[in-house]
Amino acid sequence: MSLRKLVGVRTVAALIAVATTILLTGCVGGAATAPGGAGTTLHLVGYAVPKEANNAIQEKFAETPEGKDVTWEESYGPSGDQSRAVVNGLKADYVNFSLEGDVTRLVKAGLVDETWNSGPTNGIVSDSTVVIVVQKGNPLGIKDWSDLTKPGVKIVTPNPASSGSARWNILAAYQQVIANGGTEADAKAYLTKFFNHVAALPGSGRDATNAFLNGSANVLISYENEAILARQSGEDFDYILPDATLKIENPGAVLKNANPKAKTYLDFVLSPTGQEEFVEKGFRPVVANTPLGEVSGANNPAKPFPVPPKLFTISDLGGWDAVNAKFFDEGGLVPEIQKATGRSQ
Amino acid sequence: MTPGAGTVDAQPLAPAPPAGAATTGGPGKRHRLPRARSATALTPVSGLGLGIALTWFSLLVLIPLTAVLIQASAGGWSAYWDALTSSQTLAALKLTVGQAVLVTAINVVMGTAIAWVLVRDQFPGKQLLEVVIDIPFALPTIVAGLVLLSLYGPSGPLGVNWANTRVAVFLAFLFVTLPFIVRSVQPVLLELEQEVEEAAASLGASRFTTFRLVILPSLAPAITSGAALSFCRAISEYGSLVLLSGNLPYSTEVASVRIMSSVEGDHLTAAAALASILLVVALIVIITLDVVSRRVARYA
Repeated sequence: MSLRKLVGVRTVAALIAVATTILLTGCVGGAATAPGGAGTTLHLVGYAVPKEANNAIQEKFAETPEGKDVTWEESYGPSGDQSRAVVNGLKADYVNFSLEGDVTRLVKAGLVDETWNSGPTNGIVSDSTVVIVVQKGNPLGIKDWSDLTKPGVKIVTPNPASSGSARWNILAAYQQVIANGGTEADAKAYLTKFFNHVAALPGSGRDATNAFLNGSANVLISYENEAILARQSGEDFDYILPDATLKIENPGAVLKNANPKAKTYLDFVLSPTGQEEFVEKGFRPVVANTPLGEVSGANNPAKPFPVPPKLFTISDLGGWDAVNAKFFDEGGLVPEIQKATGRSQ
Repeated sequence: MTPGAGTVDAQPLAPAPPAGAATTGGPGKRHRLPRARSATALTPVSGLGLGIALTWFSLLVLIPLTAVLIQASAGGWSAYWDALTSSQTLAALKLTVGQAVLVTAINVVMGTAIAWVLVRDQFPGKQLLEVVIDIPFALPTIVAGLVLLSLYGPSGPLGVNWANTRVAVFLAFLFVTLPFIVRSVQPVLLELEQEVEEAAASLGASRFTTFRLVILPSLAPAITSGAALSFCRAISEYGSLVLLSGNLPYSTEVASVRIMSSVEGDHLTAAAALASILLVVALIVIITLDVVSRRVARYA
């Protein structure tokens, strides 16, 4: 008898699991209280990839008169989740996300001032590009986007539905057709062929890198900084910067009610000294006079960031709001293409 | 342990006795109360217990579940309809429920067999196996995904490549749901009197008849409740599939990934709508299994 009741409880417990998926996604992380004593505590909420760069910048910031006595409380995770967590009350002074939309969400919630992107870099703190990663030695001889639809190519790219940053890759594959003189119909046709070669759509950029290294596919669509960082940590593969590709722009912003030091920090991030740390981890600088030095892991460490002949940006595609509605929302281009290709597989 | 079906039935009765005691109370002699209670009435102590249990249960389960339903209904029926009629969502639901049913059916047989072996047989390494059974519970599911990928993926030692196929979804579900039926059947099997089986045998029943008419009816409630847990666990699985299934729409994408996608796209209503549909599916399965369990038990 008691077992039946016990079982009832456990069944309900299993149901909670479904419910909490929805309810608690936004509630990750917990802001700790500031340690007592002198100094300022700043809260950084960001996406996981630039953690090391951020930490290096913080160390340098601590050496400046303004940055002395600043201690950090940090929270890192998937960009969209982190942004939602801030909306749901996670304490933040400075945020660093992978997509502009994740800051826009905070603007809509009244947490970030509408003028956040009016500075000289338009709110962007680091750049990168979409690249094609191939196996060591490039056995398939891939040079450009057009080679990805040849027989035998199996592509892995993060899932554009569940990972916001994965959308850069899909947009790059689409827009390069137009940058090379094609029409929208040509671009759609290319993207359809592209999806026919997709072998897996893992949850995040890092998961996609893992799936590629695991041998699930022979081509990975990734970000230049992700490719450089993986090579810095000893992974052995080549990456190709296509002639036509999309510039990735990662925003940083200070919250309205943040400690004033957070603004000082953002200014420091945008100084050549701050940018240098992003460069070291494979990001492209957003400030022109940043010293580049040697970037290990880059194809050519001495000249790490060649500018592709046809580098387009998200504003060439109409900005994120338009792009999300046109490509990724229910009924958009990508779900439509996936419907066509998914059925045929 | 109390918040089963019984407590929910008793809910309307719960406030009555304390309220009555408070208004008519005072120091007067009311010694008829404890004895005159009907079978469903509660003593003050058990009333308090019920109150605590219900509050706890509400805070943790009922209120959050209601919140999901409210969120889901925010967009009205059209949001529900849109969530259901998206062919991609439908494909994901079909895959998830289909694989969960299949996996649960296999667990019913294999889980019962494993529990039987663990209870009735003596063999070296039995203690170890007892412990190992629970590992799918303990392992973070993303690690489970990695383990399965290294074994059944493209560079696995078995030479099969099931990564990014439906087999991967099936395997991941099997892995994470394995312990449920084993662990629910085991204690019941331990309690079962072997003399009854011997008596059945001495009356001429074959082993199969004994199993069908004596053992199975006693195990049925445990098997079905384990099956319900296993099914519910499977339809909500996410972590182990992130690396393993490839999340290919119309092919290997499961319902929880669809929910994640809706959240990422800031379509919370669609996410909640799909979640509530999963809840309804789970409820239907739980009720069906309960009915089956009663039938089998009565058959005895």
